[in-house]
Amino acid sequence: MARTITYQQAITEALSQEMARDSTVIVMGEDVMGGSGAEGEMDAWGGPMGITKGLHSKFGDQIMDTPITESAFIGAAVGAAASGLRPVAELMFSDFLGVCFDQIYNQAAKFRYMFGGKSETPVVIRTMYGAGIRSAAQHGQSPYSIFTHVPGLKCVIPSTPYDAKGLLIQSIRDNDPVIFFEHKNLYQMEGEVPEEPYAIPFREASVVREGADVTIVTLGLMVHRSLEAAEKLAGDGIECEVIDLRTTSPLDDETILESVRATGRVVVVDEASPRCSVATDISALVAQHAFDALKAPVTMVTAPHTPVPFAGVLEDLYIPDAAKIEAAVRSVAGYTR
Amino acid sequence: MSDPQISMLIMPKWGMTMTEGRVVKWLVPEGANVAAGDEVLDVETEKIANAVEAPVTGVLRRHVAGEGQAVPVSGLLAIFADPAVTDAEVDAFVEGFLADFTPEDADAGAEAEGPAPESVQVADRSIRYLKLGEGGEPVLLIHGFGGDQNAWLFNHEFLSAGRTVYALDLPGHGGSSKDVGDGTVGVLAGVVAGFMDALELGAAHVVGHSLGGAVAAELALAEPGRVLSLTLVSSIGLGSEINGEFVNGFARGQRRGEIKPVLEVLFADPTLVTRRLVEDVLRYKRLDGVDEALATIAASMVADDGTQKVAIRDRLTDYPGSVLVIRGAHDQIVPPGHADGLPETVRTEIVDVAGHMPMMESPTEFNRLLLDFLP
Repeated sequence: MARTITYQQAITEALSQEMARDSTVIVMGEDVMGGSGAEGEMDAWGGPMGITKGLHSKFGDQIMDTPITESAFIGAAVGAAASGLRPVAELMFSDFLGVCFDQIYNQAAKFRYMFGGKSETPVVIRTMYGAGIRSAAQHGQSPYSIFTHVPGLKCVIPSTPYDAKGLLIQSIRDNDPVIFFEHKNLYQMEGEVPEEPYAIPFREASVVREGADVTIVTLGLMVHRSLEAAEKLAGDGIECEVIDLRTTSPLDDETILESVRATGRVVVVDEASPRCSVATDISALVAQHAFDALKAPVTMVTAPHTPVPFAGVLEDLYIPDAAKIEAAVRSVAGYTR
Repeated sequence: MSDPQISMLIMPKWGMTMTEGRVVKWLVPEGANVAAGDEVLDVETEKIANAVEAPVTGVLRRHVAGEGQAVPVSGLLAIFADPAVTDAEVDAFVEGFLADFTPEDADAGAEAEGPAPESVQVADRSIRYLKLGEGGEPVLLIHGFGGDQNAWLFNHEFLSAGRTVYALDLPGHGGSSKDVGDGTVGVLAGVVAGFMDALELGAAHVVGHSLGGAVAAELALAEPGRVLSLTLVSSIGLGSEINGEFVNGFARGQRRGEIKPVLEVLFADPTLVTRRLVEDVLRYKRLDGVDEALATIAASMVADDGTQKVAIRDRLTDYPGSVLVIRGAHDQIVPPGHADGLPETVRTEIVDVAGHMPMMESPTEFNRLLLDFLP
């Protein structure tokens, strides 16, 4: 039976159900166990956002705290995955990818290929991303395109509590390395989530709103900004189809192209900076494979090509909002040659 | 508001969670004469699209809601009135209605008001059901393969006027336990009997759709005293052909692109399959244990050569009670011809504008047929 819980609770539930189902599923990271290693309430904090709180008292040795050394514990998780466990490692902020990138990019991503398909690396790296909580340039980025670029990695970016649970369970059961992106400003979002475990297959974009006029392709937090814009535009008779990518690797190109072939107009909305990004990738896909259908230029709404600002007013301007999306859709909808 | 010359058409409530519907298209222009039961407009909810029928015979005087407009449940859609009634009187009536009308609160509607599904323990399985109405001889509705109690969205509330009507989720379906045993109709009928025991239902009129029809028949044959009458809707077990591609496609499909075409085969009008319906089916199918449950049941329904494994036709006369068979003329899952040549004691009805789901696709006719049959 479904009931209403938050995105954060959905993630905790997915971890808990998979740890109960399969004792090879382990959780590791900074403070995930609670730091003190004590019982009960002293089972402390459970990561910076409390996502893993309570797992230590339930699962004991299936969860371990690590020192503040991403290169060591991400490397250990990759090695554990290559030798039979299913680790879920928490890389606190995705901005810290630089510290442990070799372990992900040149090791985990390559094993299956370099060992002739004989090796599997079922590791999940959960990580926070996104701007909007005044955490500035080193804690507010959205670097999913960097991982999407790497063959051998799977890249998952859930936008709702329902998707967060089902995609995390799929990530844990998947036999390849998965980077699982959690938006800081989605943790408190509520939604209907079944109590039972379930898995959402990768490469299955979600059509969260149907419309015949303009296709909006988006992901993560921007799904909600896009829906806000679409709602407003519908009042003026412009019907948007909103596609939530869910996974950027593998990418559900069929759903995108099918929609663009029907509408002929596309706006790509992405919170990341605009060069060599998911937004440019989708734009290129559409230009290559749906050129004949296009009635207007492919248009991107993204953050500017700058670091995430610390000043609140600037950060608010940096993040794409419904007004910017609405303006882009209007320009595309009204475009004539 | 009680002017005898003016009648209202209001937004119906299709299922417990519906709070509003959107007017897709008016099928009858203002000023036209309509007969009670004629389709007047198409309405779409987040779950399903369907036609709304005229409640009375008369002149449709006013489209109160425009195409594309969302109207809350019980909100005013149209006015029927005798030509003698002036336009000004129609205007005044509409104004009066709108001034007094308070839409049902969406949250209160889902939570505080009305009955919600419950669960009961039947041996080691939890079985979810929805009970509507009170009194009378109870009716039990059993959905088909891959469905759940929502299959009776357009019938359950209607039938519950003056009687108690239960709709359950079979094992492996909806909110019930996913353990289906060997997946045979016999096992499922045993669970239904256990469900009746758990709720202390001595006997009930049993209505089964598709797979649920064979389950109902199996129960009627095993325990005839507990089945007051038997209604078989698009039932399996009455002939050898079955659309195995549908059964296996539904059991195996994981993605929107695989499931949508499969669901479209259920209806005479494939446009009834909305995005939300597809999404609801996918959400059910993704739950742990559902694929195994459906595969097990599918294997007990369809033989390797594509014919039906379940046979109730020859045994139907062993059941002493009354039997009603309802089929959709455009059924693409189980051939409607399977209703031919049944014993004379069996009442047979064909619903013209329907595929495999006559209770959803032609609910008014379906409800009338069933009500006419039930005592």
